[in-house]
Amino acid sequence: MTATTPVSRPAGRGLLHATNRWVRGGGLATFVFVLPMLLIFGLFSWLPIVKAVVMSMQSTNLVTDAQWVGLENFRQVFNDPLLWTAVKNTAYFAALALVFGYPVPLILAVLMSDLRRARWIYAALAYVPVVIPPVVAVLLWRFFYDSGPTGVFNTVAGWVGLGPYPWLESAHTAMPSLVLEATWAAAGGTVIIYLAALVAVPPELYDAAEVDGASIWRKIWHVTLPQLRGVLFITLVLQVVGTAQVFLEPYLFTGGGPDHATTTVLLLIYDYAFGNTLGGNYGAATALSLMLAVTLALLSALFFRLTRSWSTS
Amino acid sequence: MRSSRTGVAALLVAVTATSLLTACGSSTKKDTGTSANGKVTISVEGWRPGSEQATIDTFKAQVAAFEALHKNIHVDPREWEWKGETFATQLAGGTLPTSFRVPFTDGKGLIERNQIADLTDAVKALPYASKFNPTVLAAAQGPDGHIYGLPTGVYGIGLHYNRSLFTKAGLDPNKPPATWDELRADAKAIADKTGAAGFAVMSKGNTGGWNLTTLTYALGGRMESVSGTTVSASVDNAGTKEALDRIKAMRWVDHSMGSAALLDWSGINQQFAAGKIGMYMSGSDVYSALVQQNSIKPADYGLALLPMSDSPDAGLLGGGSVVAVSAKASKAQQNAAVLWNDYYYMRKLVQQDAAALDAKTLQEGKQPVGTPQLPIFDAATLTQYNDWIKPYVNVPLDQMSSFTSGVFSQKLVAEPPAHTQELYALLDSVVQKVLSDKNADINSVLSKVNGQAQSLVSAG
Repeated sequence: MTATTPVSRPAGRGLLHATNRWVRGGGLATFVFVLPMLLIFGLFSWLPIVKAVVMSMQSTNLVTDAQWVGLENFRQVFNDPLLWTAVKNTAYFAALALVFGYPVPLILAVLMSDLRRARWIYAALAYVPVVIPPVVAVLLWRFFYDSGPTGVFNTVAGWVGLGPYPWLESAHTAMPSLVLEATWAAAGGTVIIYLAALVAVPPELYDAAEVDGASIWRKIWHVTLPQLRGVLFITLVLQVVGTAQVFLEPYLFTGGGPDHATTTVLLLIYDYAFGNTLGGNYGAATALSLMLAVTLALLSALFFRLTRSWSTS
Repeated sequence: MRSSRTGVAALLVAVTATSLLTACGSSTKKDTGTSANGKVTISVEGWRPGSEQATIDTFKAQVAAFEALHKNIHVDPREWEWKGETFATQLAGGTLPTSFRVPFTDGKGLIERNQIADLTDAVKALPYASKFNPTVLAAAQGPDGHIYGLPTGVYGIGLHYNRSLFTKAGLDPNKPPATWDELRADAKAIADKTGAAGFAVMSKGNTGGWNLTTLTYALGGRMESVSGTTVSASVDNAGTKEALDRIKAMRWVDHSMGSAALLDWSGINQQFAAGKIGMYMSGSDVYSALVQQNSIKPADYGLALLPMSDSPDAGLLGGGSVVAVSAKASKAQQNAAVLWNDYYYMRKLVQQDAAALDAKTLQEGKQPVGTPQLPIFDAATLTQYNDWIKPYVNVPLDQMSSFTSGVFSQKLVAEPPAHTQELYALLDSVVQKVLSDKNADINSVLSKVNGQAQSLVSAG
């Protein structure tokens, strides 16, 4: 059933016949509707991806002609001692964000869903940071993190006789400070997703649990979390992929400092491309971008495989 | 049947994709910047982002005056500032103005890569072409001796200090520190008595390397050594070690450097103008930016010579900018850009009427007139220029006299010759390390960075 065109029929007539049937079957209309998306994706997503793959094997400053260098860019990236610093920092950021950033929205959502009245006010308040433009949020937090005794956090710490702390200026506290802001900025969006998912949990399950004498904690553990596992899995994957690509916070808060304590993989890619004022190493930047993309794709596939039963049952 | 349909759909997708790629690949007609009536349009570097409205108005007035003189040229001023992070992207993307300024450190590289236009003929046609200080003009010349731009804004690094904080700390604002020991003592007094940082250094966006190199030169060290055509990294020299020891002592023993370890050029200007920093090192011409962008109170400002050690090699780091023209500009645009650059940057230095008109326009626009600079031609020409603009000077020159009276006796030293900005980027992390880690092992940090710097310069 897969091929119906007789071999003996002339190829031209066969194609014409197939085209007619395809048009009559609505294929043309579908194609016309798909075309704008195809053009936009082609131009702004697929073409740059193809160009990035090509560029990762070239030496170019985008002004003079590019030279083919094979895998030299990849070799150069692997030999850069900063790569491992950046990988370690990114993993540290992702781990901190996972430990603190992942449960916080869930806890907030569960608490909010238990509210009988004015739940929307809390949801709106939780969502406000998402609405604030990221650069504005970072500038705001820079005031909070001011290392002088008059900084907002240091003033608060001073009330109980602590500090002042060099939040962003110390290699030890810089990364946790970035995670704190990133968690604040992103939690609202995840809270809304969890709230929507919680609405879909059948109330009779809670009723049944209550009849069985289950505590709040057991209801969350045995009803809420299993019912949310699909959503939890997706947000986990999104969070891991998102945190592996963290750029905005280290770029705007610290520029990767102090002493590369917050240089992440994406910031390193940026530095390869734009760190040299005369036209950067675009080849190395795209090579590292591809390496990151492949790593994330493999990581996502691994997640899907390991948690297949968890996410679909 | 499914395969036939799929085949047709695939064919259409292929045709569409091919058309798309062809459309993307087709080159657009080169814009020569010349309209049908023969008028040439050039875009030029106008004012820095965040400038006061008066600065913008004054610039536009100067554009109008130029266009009145050259009726066949239209000048389109752009809000623009050279930034290390964005320059490469703008250059590659073709979004730079036709004419723009780049630091001396980048001029040579741009020339080698054919990224800026050869302006030899247009520059040689200028009446003062033979009068340039050869050392200064060299920053705009290629190995072939051709000229690729005009040197401008030549500066020496000065010690900028807040007179008000000096007074509050019980120091004499007319007696800025003359040695590094005095500077350390004054910084401590300011920090102890006012709570502000007594002394601060930049550390972000390559400026940490720039400041550390300045301090190294002042203490007799050099970041790179040149032997014939071979350049070697010498980051772990005694001058740099002493410089870092001094920073470390001020930061962690005296606690006189505040705790902000991640300042860049504009960040430190902002903090200084806000009265949070007592002293810092920057170009002698930074007062203009402090007025235009940070609204500094003139009475608070003081400029002094950077202290020099007793070493015979101690010197003052000097730099400047090259006004270049995009290699993509048409010949007509290149010539128009040279005329504009002559009008806006150069003519006022050698012609009395142009100097007076420029100074008058700036003064009427409440822009700084008379900010100290170093000679592009010779000291006599600069002195003559300063005389011409004297009636319009509105910067507190008497508060800068310790710099202006002594700078010509200083030994000016150019920035490191090879991979300068990349070297500065490496040194940023050294400065950050010392500012953020009180146990930083300076010898080991410098030894490591020297290896990286050597790989950089060896790569050519």
